[in-house]
Amino acid sequence: MANVIFYILAVIALTSALMVVTRKNAVTSAVYLIVTMCAIAGLFVQLGAVFIAALQIIIYAGAIMVLFLFVIMLLNLRKDEFGFDTRVFQRLFAGLLGIVLLVQLIMVVSRLPVVAGQPVDTEMGRVAPLATKFFTQYLYPFEIISVLLLAAIIGAVVIAKKKMGK
Amino acid sequence: MMPPINWPVIYPELAICITAFIVLIVDLFLPGRHKWVLSLISIFGVLVALQIVFMNFGLKGDTKAFFGMVVSDATGLYFKTIFCIGTLLAIFVSITYQRREFPEVGEFYTLMLLSTFGMMIMASALDLITIFLGLEMMSIPLYVLAGIYRGRYRSREAALKYFLLGAFASGFLLYGIALIYGAFGTTNITRIVELIADGKPYSPFFVGVGSVLVLIGLAFKAGVVPFHMWIPDVYEGAPAPVTAFMSAGPKAAAIVAILRIFVITTPVIDLTWVFWVLAVVTMTWGNILAINQNNIKRMLAYSSIAHVGYLLVAITVGGEEGVSSAAFYLLVYTIMNIGAFAIVVLFAEREEFYENISDYAGFGSRFPFAAITMTIFMASLGGIPGTAGFVGKFMIFSGAINHGFYWLAVIGVLNSLVSIYYYLRVVVAMYMRQPQTRLVDIAISPSLMIAIIITLLLVIQIGIFPDNWLSLAKQAASLAF
Repeated sequence: MANVIFYILAVIALTSALMVVTRKNAVTSAVYLIVTMCAIAGLFVQLGAVFIAALQIIIYAGAIMVLFLFVIMLLNLRKDEFGFDTRVFQRLFAGLLGIVLLVQLIMVVSRLPVVAGQPVDTEMGRVAPLATKFFTQYLYPFEIISVLLLAAIIGAVVIAKKKMGK
Repeated sequence: MMPPINWPVIYPELAICITAFIVLIVDLFLPGRHKWVLSLISIFGVLVALQIVFMNFGLKGDTKAFFGMVVSDATGLYFKTIFCIGTLLAIFVSITYQRREFPEVGEFYTLMLLSTFGMMIMASALDLITIFLGLEMMSIPLYVLAGIYRGRYRSREAALKYFLLGAFASGFLLYGIALIYGAFGTTNITRIVELIADGKPYSPFFVGVGSVLVLIGLAFKAGVVPFHMWIPDVYEGAPAPVTAFMSAGPKAAAIVAILRIFVITTPVIDLTWVFWVLAVVTMTWGNILAINQNNIKRMLAYSSIAHVGYLLVAITVGGEEGVSSAAFYLLVYTIMNIGAFAIVVLFAEREEFYENISDYAGFGSRFPFAAITMTIFMASLGGIPGTAGFVGKFMIFSGAINHGFYWLAVIGVLNSLVSIYYYLRVVVAMYMRQPQTRLVDIAISPSLMIAIIITLLLVIQIGIFPDNWLSLAKQAASLAF
């Protein structure tokens, strides 16, 4: 049963990922990316990493995708500006980098000391162990981040506020 | 059961952070013409932090806090002192300018304090994650401060350029940290040093590439050639008081992070030759490009790159002598550089009028005190005996000779000679040229005067009686080992 679900999710993730790079319309690509993210979140759930799955949906499928869509719509591209970049060199270079990444991935994955069928440590991805880490060992960085976010908000407001300078 | 957190270690940071929040809240209730109150609160807060830093020098018992994330050692405290002095002077320099140019932006002081908070985090961080967060904490307010003068095109340009390149550099740093984590399974610097001492096997490839990436990220913030491209444009575009602020503290923060990571781990990851090359390139390139600058802010920007080159000489030397001379030089550099910028702010009273060196013509007779002060700062930046700058350079180059880096010392001294040429250009313009432009009276504000007098006295005092300051710097270095 778990296997079947895994393959279904994997197929959805891969197909929509393919759609992301092949669609001409940037908005369509963005929406397909949401599907990919959700499918990956499903994979996380299968591994028992519920919290990561939730983060995946909230942050990637939610916040970041909204940002993407905003930018695409703000840019307000004309019809003929959509679609593939026709510069050959760039495409070749991108393809080359993709192949390098693929080889790297295969090398890393093939050397992982993981035996198939081994049960996953489902405790790792839950909220409690993460929270324990955040509020003990990583308390200081955790608190700094809260101030950092505040600084970023103040900065954004200062920049966006009207009636400034001369 | 949670182990104790050991709060006193981060009291200085807390003082600055709380002051920033108080300023932010008070700002809400103040009408536009009373925003100067905020500067008083900020000054008070920084003074409190400085006092706590001095008290922390005598901290007994465990100096680590938050599970080994922070440490309150002499090195960190010494640099916190530098940051406090830098911020204090920068606030004095800013007050009048802020009231005149962007009176309603009370957040100006909040951002400055938050940036100082970030520098302090970097100075006492013992974990790569904390260093990264400190760096971001320091940089994000700086991006905004660079562009705070929204009415001016070049200020916005500076902010955007700084932000995009800074974000890119942070990426390098983070990637490097990830690789180092991959090699050791921890980001804690003390733990990494322990693991290596225990002879734990690690991948030299990951550690090597990781360290270089971390170095790139930090070198960008310090303005090391070839990662210096943003400095002239940002320094020129940002409002002059902001430039004064960011030319001092953030550089010192990046340098202290480099010291923490690299000098302490030198026995393992030996990057001496990398620092050697960087030092030579940075000194020479900065000085050569500074010669031809007509805009005084650009000239000081390139000169600041050259000064980072001298600091890299000290880092190359390493060991106790290298660290103490770098620490001493950073203090001196902070004081004299903010002093020089204070004069630039003084002369820039009438928006952009006096930003070119040629505009300084005739100032020698019209503003005798300011001109003499500027001459002393230029002499100090150039390293002429009798000033603080000379003592700083002397310590660095004698350290290099003592440790057998003869060529480095020779190149450094030659560079100092070159630098005297362009510093003297300002002096020549002030005393020996006739003014070309329309003359405008300059109203000297009391706060700016305080900053100028403090820096002037310190530059002369350190120049003539450096002993106390040197022993302080030595203390800062001795505990790092």
